[in-house]
Amino acid sequence: MFVLETKNLTYTYGAGTPFEKTAVDNVNIGVKKGEFLGIIGHTGSGKSTFIQTLNGLLRPTKGIVLLNGKDIWEEPKKIRSVRFQVGMVFQYPEHQLFEETVLKDICFGPGNMGLDKQAAEKRARLAAQFAGLPEELLDKSPFELSGGQKRRAAIAGVIAMDPDVLILDEPTAGLDPQGRDRLLEQISGYQKKRGNTILLVSHSMEDIARFADRVLVMNAGKAVMLDTTANVFARGRELESMGLRVPQVTGILLTLQEKGYPVHPVLTVDEAVEELRLLLKKGDAHRGA
Amino acid sequence: MARDITLGQYIPGHSLIHRMDPRVKIALTFVFIVFIFVASNFEGLLIMVALMFAILLMSGVPLKQYFKSLKAILFIVIFTGVLNLFYGSGHVIWQWKVMQITDGGICNALFVSIRIVSLILYSSVLTFTTSPTDLTDALERIMKPLKALHVKVHEIAMMMTIALRFVPTLLEETDKIMNAQKARGADLESGGVTQRIHAMIPILIPLFVSSFRRAYDLAMAMECRCYHGGEGRTKMKQLHMTNLDGAAIACTAIFCAAVIFCAAKFPAALHELR
Amino acid sequence: MGYISAQNVTFAYENNEGEEKNEVLHGVSLDIKKGEFVALLGHNGSGKSTLAKHFNAMLLPCGGKVYVDGLDTMDEALKIEIRRRVGLVLQNPDNQLVASIVEEDVAFGPENLGIAPPEIRKRVDDALKAVEMYDYRLSAPYKLSGGQKQRIAIAGIIAMEPDCIVLDEPTAMLDPRGRDEVLHTIHKLNNENGITIVLITHYMDEAVGADRVVVMDEGKVLTQGTPREVFSQVELLKEHELDVPQATELAWRLRKEGYDLPECVLNSDECVAALEHLLNR
Repeated sequence: MFVLETKNLTYTYGAGTPFEKTAVDNVNIGVKKGEFLGIIGHTGSGKSTFIQTLNGLLRPTKGIVLLNGKDIWEEPKKIRSVRFQVGMVFQYPEHQLFEETVLKDICFGPGNMGLDKQAAEKRARLAAQFAGLPEELLDKSPFELSGGQKRRAAIAGVIAMDPDVLILDEPTAGLDPQGRDRLLEQISGYQKKRGNTILLVSHSMEDIARFADRVLVMNAGKAVMLDTTANVFARGRELESMGLRVPQVTGILLTLQEKGYPVHPVLTVDEAVEELRLLLKKGDAHRGA
Repeated sequence: MARDITLGQYIPGHSLIHRMDPRVKIALTFVFIVFIFVASNFEGLLIMVALMFAILLMSGVPLKQYFKSLKAILFIVIFTGVLNLFYGSGHVIWQWKVMQITDGGICNALFVSIRIVSLILYSSVLTFTTSPTDLTDALERIMKPLKALHVKVHEIAMMMTIALRFVPTLLEETDKIMNAQKARGADLESGGVTQRIHAMIPILIPLFVSSFRRAYDLAMAMECRCYHGGEGRTKMKQLHMTNLDGAAIACTAIFCAAVIFCAAKFPAALHELR
Repeated sequence: MGYISAQNVTFAYENNEGEEKNEVLHGVSLDIKKGEFVALLGHNGSGKSTLAKHFNAMLLPCGGKVYVDGLDTMDEALKIEIRRRVGLVLQNPDNQLVASIVEEDVAFGPENLGIAPPEIRKRVDDALKAVEMYDYRLSAPYKLSGGQKQRIAIAGIIAMEPDCIVLDEPTAMLDPRGRDEVLHTIHKLNNENGITIVLITHYMDEAVGADRVVVMDEGKVLTQGTPREVFSQVELLKEHELDVPQATELAWRLRKEGYDLPECVLNSDECVAALEHLLNR
């Protein structure tokens, strides 16, 4: 059973005008419940438009989006409830903070869902925990926080709606490597605890390789690959032809493989060390004999 | 999408009108607007309309664009037209209860509508054929004498330049913030007036915050590029008046003389209101 | 003394009451030679941006001295001279362009310097060609991609004919393609025009191509040297939670297990070559 499914999903900007541009072109995919799906594609591949159709911010020109088997536009008046179930964290989400305190800001989403103050705050505190935001920051003004903290506060604001699916568009853009790793670990931890579905859009292939179960590759508005992370990155040369790359270690082992060495594609440095250790030991044993 | 909205609506081109000195263009546009009101009868107005059509065609801008700019003020044209239609004096042509249409009313409605349309089209020519930067640049130079009166001419022009530069950026930003808040369930579409104003807060505050951040960055970038006010500043683009501008001024003078002649020779077209 | 010379610089941001507080640079000394390509690495908050702003007198040291081409940045009268010599490109490409037409934006710097109009025209054209954006000279900045906007910002600096360009995380907000464009441009300016480059980044792979890497941590210089010298200190970098390129880390970890790999590999090609060498023995 797919939690999210698209059928012939097409989105055209400026339909019927001379500036008509099809950003998403007949996409048919299914997102499994509880999976961590990476979405990659270079700028202009349609991935940003695609994710905005998934929570009803954009209404498809053609085709449908099914959430738990139900067309999200069946009752257009209830589209807001879809947005509570499919949470969306935009790029640089800290730019959306506006309340007097961090806590109040995180409560904005739950409040819009109709929860009372107490219930909303309870959710907000839990969400802050998931996002790795220390309790003592909750009563501060969001504008007093550091860049990384602001980002966490903004992400908590979406998590607080307790969505079934959480979509994150480049959540680590502009953070330093330390901040990037911590944030992604936090998100991955949240997913494991809640069993939610995560869709992560990222330009960082290293991050996708580390966290995603499966990867969707978009190119020129089309969904060109949807497979396990290992299988997608094993097609490294095809990705390169689309202007994408693979993690550095994956590339190194792919090159070795092409040169005829018996190695399997890997995704992380740990896996690469493992794989090469095996190969080198075999070599040693061979020479020893 | 918001980013398609452009302020100033400049349409690049190389027509005679495009090549004119923006200072002359601004001055002549001002003269045209004055003379649309100097023209007190259909004869004079006809001269201004004829000149206008000649300029529209010379500008090389598709006429469709001009119609578009009229669309925006269609309501005003209709409103004033209808107002004049029902409140004219003269022979009654049609009557229903207190409402009546007179021949004077029709005449007034027509005359006023043509005036408004001409007004818009004349200014559209200016904005279509002159880039916003040329406009601010020309305004800065035209206003230069005001410096003697301690008017901060350079600063005002710089502010206009920056405003023009950031309008599309801020429109895009507004779009993004609205989407982000909608994704958190903000309801921007329903409710009464107070509710709607209240719903704008989550959009306006982030917009202010980001504008301040941008202003801070920009100020720093400007300082890094040795900005220190208008003192000792030069301009890459020099404005030169050419024969083209001379010819334009001469033509305008002839047409204006004709309008004045008409105004003196023929009776005024506008009838008194009831 | 280098072209830019920071001598025992301390700096503290003032809080609202005007008291000095929160010292972010604790006695940094650094010399940058003319024509050098220096990458400045470090976490957010390590003081790297603060240091960079000292290089063109946007910030003035609380203690110590900064000299640019022999000019003391503390001398208010030299401010414009210093900023003409050392340009600063900021992170957000949207916020540093002034005019709504590309070529007029590039002209902004030379105009401020009071240069004669025909000369400005020439400089603007040259600068736009140098960043390979000449074809876009009449475009509106908001219609360009992030990488293109950032190159326009660089052109705006080049038009002032500087000796040195300091770039404060110029690629942090760009996609991979934009990053490549900007890196290509600054390497070209360094190689062909001999412009000194100070590149602040937290992408390690961007630092690999530099002549010298300076790593900052907590307001001090942690280590510096050629990329090979710096990235061979994997343990030190990891200790300070700094990244190393994956190729470097892979070779380092295998070496630690006793395999005979070079002390430091910097990129995929070197790593593949070293591994092949080992496997074919």
